[in-house]
Amino acid sequence: MRGRLLDGVPRRAMAWLAALLAALLAAPWLANDYLLTVLIIILYFAYTGQAWNIMFGFAGQLSLGHAIYVGLGGYAAAALYVHFGIGPWIGLVAAVALGAACGAIIGFLAFRFGVGGVYFAILTIAFAEFARIGFDHFSWVGGSGGLFLPVANYSQSDIWNLRGKPIMFYYVILALTVATFLLCHVLLRSRVGYYWQAIREDEAAARALGIDTFRYKMYAVVISAGMTSVAGVFFAFYYNNLFPEQVFSIGRSIEIILGPMIGGAGTLAGPIVGAFLLTGLAETMWELLRAVGLDAPGTRQVFYGLVLLVIIIVQPAGVWPWLARLLGLEKPRS
Amino acid sequence: MPSLELVLNVALGGILAGLVYGLMALGLSVIFGVVRVVNFAHGEMMTIAMYLAVTLFAAFGLDPLIMLVPIAAVLFALGYAMQAGLINPFISRPEHSQFMLLVAIALIMTNVLLIVFGPDAQSVQTSYSLDSFLVGPLIVDATKAYAAVAALLVALALFVFFRFTLVGKAIRACADNYVGALVVGLDVKHLYALTFGLGAACVGAAGAMLVLVIDVTPPLGPALTLLAFVIVITGGLGSMPGALLGGVMIGLTEALAGLFFTPSAKSMFSFGLLVLVLLFRPQGILGKKAS
Repeated sequence: MRGRLLDGVPRRAMAWLAALLAALLAAPWLANDYLLTVLIIILYFAYTGQAWNIMFGFAGQLSLGHAIYVGLGGYAAAALYVHFGIGPWIGLVAAVALGAACGAIIGFLAFRFGVGGVYFAILTIAFAEFARIGFDHFSWVGGSGGLFLPVANYSQSDIWNLRGKPIMFYYVILALTVATFLLCHVLLRSRVGYYWQAIREDEAAARALGIDTFRYKMYAVVISAGMTSVAGVFFAFYYNNLFPEQVFSIGRSIEIILGPMIGGAGTLAGPIVGAFLLTGLAETMWELLRAVGLDAPGTRQVFYGLVLLVIIIVQPAGVWPWLARLLGLEKPRS
Repeated sequence: MPSLELVLNVALGGILAGLVYGLMALGLSVIFGVVRVVNFAHGEMMTIAMYLAVTLFAAFGLDPLIMLVPIAAVLFALGYAMQAGLINPFISRPEHSQFMLLVAIALIMTNVLLIVFGPDAQSVQTSYSLDSFLVGPLIVDATKAYAAVAALLVALALFVFFRFTLVGKAIRACADNYVGALVVGLDVKHLYALTFGLGAACVGAAGAMLVLVIDVTPPLGPALTLLAFVIVITGGLGSMPGALLGGVMIGLTEALAGLFFTPSAKSMFSFGLLVLVLLFRPQGILGKKAS
């Protein structure tokens, strides 16, 4: 297993990864509370970006409504916790099941009825919006008034109930990000991964070669949706509140996409690089603007938009492919 | 159970508002039909037009219905510049690249409006805001009626332009056959920019009218973009009459859903309609079968 996992990974890339992982593991001792919360946000977007990347980057299916999976996952686990006192780890199972089922429904409808391209993207937005308005009127989970988790005593960390200090959440999201990175690494070099890439490059050709494109596209949606719901559970227990207008909004879906798009869709490192770049730059800019008193609401999003605009014009494949060349990490093309 | 008269009144109001939404969607449809780019910043451009109308009214007391033409002209210029400067280089790029470009533009537009105008809702109160006509048992809201008539006139003007002028014919040629248009020497990039400008002008006119009917806030942009998608997909992406018909259908659906259920849930019905159309008639009600 170890041999397979590391097969064909350049030594230099491994050194970089090890250094990055060591730095991230040590971060809570080096960074102050503010930096730690920024790192949590970065890892959160690295994780969701990685999950989204499976669907678009690997299999070529553009989802613009991934907030629906975050929201469903978050609401499922939070509602179980609030109403029945069921802990987040069991809630996680329900969340993943719900998210994956929702992904399966959207995928089934879209792929069975041949909804592709633009129409598929809009269908995913429509489902997310449908869920947003639906949850606004779903009074069992608080409707538009929001669902709140009891705020824990921050003096100790209770990993089983995910109640505790930021440092606990930091390690949870770090573990999730690392696990997903490894999973995606394995997936990308598995049979499924190659089928996905074939579908992404040319679906008709993939079908002509005998790939059951419907089935493999379904796998991509279900895996991506299930993984994104995990982020929803994290979101709910970290922020302790859920509002339909916030978790399901199209802005949230766009935020998930920004990281991998800027970092490089379809690459393993892209979502991570994108999350660091985007959130890091945004926080820096925010601090600078606050220093000169220009921190109006909306400036952050304008900045996101400008970065996306520049990247999409100058480096349409994302920052990572360019950075990898720069660092001499480019894999030899086979 | 609401009375028949109430139902008819609400339905008529929905149809009239739907025509204004239809004009907005017409812009999206024209752009997609020719340039083959889905304008993800459509609603955001609409809010720009709405803020223009609100500002002109607040500062100089200019009636949005009269300002409709200059606002459409400003939006035309904006659309032309967007296509010529940003989107033309993306024509041969993959679809998702174009999406992301327009999503970026939309993000910037919404939040610049938020920074400039703040989050509070703004509206226009004209002298005829509360007027209405009595047509038999029906009460017709004057502003909605004026707006609907203006929307129809703009749509008619656009139709005449595409049908009977040389430039309109050239644009249709680009839409039919990109390479063919290049071969016969048409300046396709200029015509694309012109088309995007015309689509934006529709949005400008629709936006100037819409401030008479609803308040404007910056987050309205993404909501209107979605609404425009719902309408054109229902009516048929790329079909001009389809956009107007889709607008009327969505306006009617939302008005009646608001009456029979709760107004805040009315959009669920249009999204439901969208999903049904996507699944069973993906080319839309009046759309041609995709090639």
